[in-house]
Amino acid sequence: MDTLRQSPSPCSSRPSSPRTPPCETPAPVGIEAVLDQLKIKAMKTGFEFNIMVVGQSGLGKSTMVNTLFKSKVWKSTLPAPGVPTPQTLQLHSVTHVIEEKGLKLKLTVTDTPGFGDQINNSNCWEPILGYINEQYEQYLQEEILITRQRHIPDTRVHCCVYFVPPTGHCLRPLDIEFLQRLCRTVNVVPVIARADSLTIEEREAFRSRIQKDLKSHCIDVYPQKHFDEDVNDRILNSKIRERIPFAVVGADQEHLVNGRCVLGRKTNWGVIEVENMEHCEFPLLRDLLIRSHLQDLKDITHNIHYENYRVVRLKESHQLPRGPGWVNLSPVNLAPTSAGQPTTPRPSKARKRAQEEPKYEF
Amino acid sequence: MGPAVPQVGDIPTPGFSSRVCKTGARAGFKSNTARKSLTSARLRLACLDLGGPNVAGRASRVAAMDSLAAPQDRLVEQLLSPRTQAQRRLKDIDKQYVGFATLPNQVHRKSVKKGFDFTLMVAGESGLGKSTLVHSLFLTDLYKDRKLLSAEERINQTVEILKHTVDIEEKGVKLKLTIVDTPGFGDAVNNSECWKPISDYVDQQFEQYFRDESGLNRKNIQDNRVHCCLYFISPFGHGLRPVDVGFMKALHEKVNIVPLIAKADCLVPSETRKLKERIREEIDKFGIHVYQFPECDSDEDEDFKQQDRELKESAPFAVIGSNTVVEAKGQRVRGRLYPWGIVEVENQAHCDFVKLRNMLIRTHMHDLKDVTCDVHYENYRAHCIQQMTSKLTQDSRMESPIPILPLPTPDAETEKLIRMKDEELRRMQEMLQKMKQQMQDQ
Repeated sequence: MDTLRQSPSPCSSRPSSPRTPPCETPAPVGIEAVLDQLKIKAMKTGFEFNIMVVGQSGLGKSTMVNTLFKSKVWKSTLPAPGVPTPQTLQLHSVTHVIEEKGLKLKLTVTDTPGFGDQINNSNCWEPILGYINEQYEQYLQEEILITRQRHIPDTRVHCCVYFVPPTGHCLRPLDIEFLQRLCRTVNVVPVIARADSLTIEEREAFRSRIQKDLKSHCIDVYPQKHFDEDVNDRILNSKIRERIPFAVVGADQEHLVNGRCVLGRKTNWGVIEVENMEHCEFPLLRDLLIRSHLQDLKDITHNIHYENYRVVRLKESHQLPRGPGWVNLSPVNLAPTSAGQPTTPRPSKARKRAQEEPKYEF
Repeated sequence: MGPAVPQVGDIPTPGFSSRVCKTGARAGFKSNTARKSLTSARLRLACLDLGGPNVAGRASRVAAMDSLAAPQDRLVEQLLSPRTQAQRRLKDIDKQYVGFATLPNQVHRKSVKKGFDFTLMVAGESGLGKSTLVHSLFLTDLYKDRKLLSAEERINQTVEILKHTVDIEEKGVKLKLTIVDTPGFGDAVNNSECWKPISDYVDQQFEQYFRDESGLNRKNIQDNRVHCCLYFISPFGHGLRPVDVGFMKALHEKVNIVPLIAKADCLVPSETRKLKERIREEIDKFGIHVYQFPECDSDEDEDFKQQDRELKESAPFAVIGSNTVVEAKGQRVRGRLYPWGIVEVENQAHCDFVKLRNMLIRTHMHDLKDVTCDVHYENYRAHCIQQMTSKLTQDSRMESPIPILPLPTPDAETEKLIRMKDEELRRMQEMLQKMKQQMQDQ
């Protein structure tokens, strides 16, 4: 063997193909351009994000949503004094399109007024579970259609923010019951609400007690440990897991502090700055939900929670799929929209389309 | 001193009260400012039954009475010593002056010797700062040995009633304070009727007092009736929650309820104001009878009236408690240290803790006891007697004018036994006191 061949160098005299000129690195294929294409496409279609806020009334849920998205997304209405709270939980959804730097985000916020406010709160989580499963069902029905839409409207709840009242002691029985049931169906992010009533030491003690409670009851909150894909994710998510639940304060009014205009709450003894990491952990929550993990939340909802739901539903139908794309589901009592019947088969073109894997839209 | 006289006509008093008035003036007692309240106080006390410590406890009144009574004390002493020239002069005044204006002072001395007792109940969801507030109010830590339950233990917890008793002494006045705590209230998933154990406890105390009062030996009746209930409302809600309404409606005819907004340091001033208004509206709407501060008399001075007005307007009180003392502006204050500032518990601009403390301990403690005895207990007693008489007439078909409790009448021997036991109890109590003193001195 020619020794020269074994050590190729840019200026080696190995026979080069006619296309590459000598003494030059091969031109890159240009794979990075695909990322740009994705970005352009994303800008055109925009993003969807569905968030649900759960907690007792008065814990600052609507203020928190407004602070997160820096706009008056949600306006909570108080019932008149003396009017008893409604016996069943009514869920309430509001959709807005927010735009930032040319990127559109279709945000849907679902509120749960009356959660945990009654004297008897047994099964107060059932309407919420029902709503979440309903959204999965709707998506499933759209997915199994013979002629599917190009972009299935995604109303599935991507993230559920659970507001824990700042008692300073530990999780209440109601919190534990709710979290146990919901962490299996949806990504749950617990936060310590109205954290301006706890001093720093109390906050840390409360947090460690909550973490202990979550562990002892096997409640797996977002970011879940076994969905970490690689080492980097694990490192980042471990850091986040140490700080869960975040102690947050919400505010939608601006005040002047040292010449700066800050979002905060002004009391007689000081101004609580919402975006100051020394005062509260709202920036962490915002970064988690929007800046870094929004896509991850959607991925996990689609790939894991939704797939789990789909498997359960398919098993319930007691029938194996009769061929790609043809699933006969028994009528469901959850979904009020579809009757569960497959549409009449269309010509082969539709069947061919149904053979493809369900495409993940983003 | 003439203008004071019209007050005589307002109150039906025995004939010589007007004389008391005028002699007071002639004797030239003390400052002019105290005089107006002085006379009215004296007149009122002249016709009050001074059997129990029913003395209105406002500081200036007590001071005025002291200033009035002191010379008469000296009178008594001087009478016992050999007569002097001055004495003959005093003897003249003596003739016109009956001298029972010392009675409040005597009562005062007796009460100081006997000591007061007060039973306070605290109720509300866990985590609202009840134990911290009790600590701040009475400056004693009753909850040193408390162990907070973990989440698993809480799932099976039921509402309990815990009593802590502590003896506090300040400037020679003894107070036996009993705090009734209600852990587990409102914490479960299903809180239906979670106020029932508490309501039963209050009724039990009434029943026990009723039995003691109707019994034959009434010397050492222990008064365990709940004089006041501090109910903690969560500041995170938008007003009263269904549990709050349920509790207050179950107990408002049995105990004096003082609603409080807990953990008020999470509210900005505008939110506090709105929440207070909303709670007041809802209390009206639901027909809840919370403890009402008594009207101050028309002849009180403006300062007192102003204070009283402020007190009524700031109900329900927004309170903050603290176990720790922090450094603020070079001073050590009781408060909470946050990264954005220090909340001072005793600063009126920060919270209503001072108002609550003054109301509960310094001005209205006696009124709370009075209302419990006169209103709530009497209601219970009347209700009880009605039930018994209706049962008796049903059972025995005979008229029974005096409600006799179905207790067996003790014979002479049992009576002697009871007396001996009472003596023993008293001796043991005295020994305990002595031992406590010895320990404190050490």
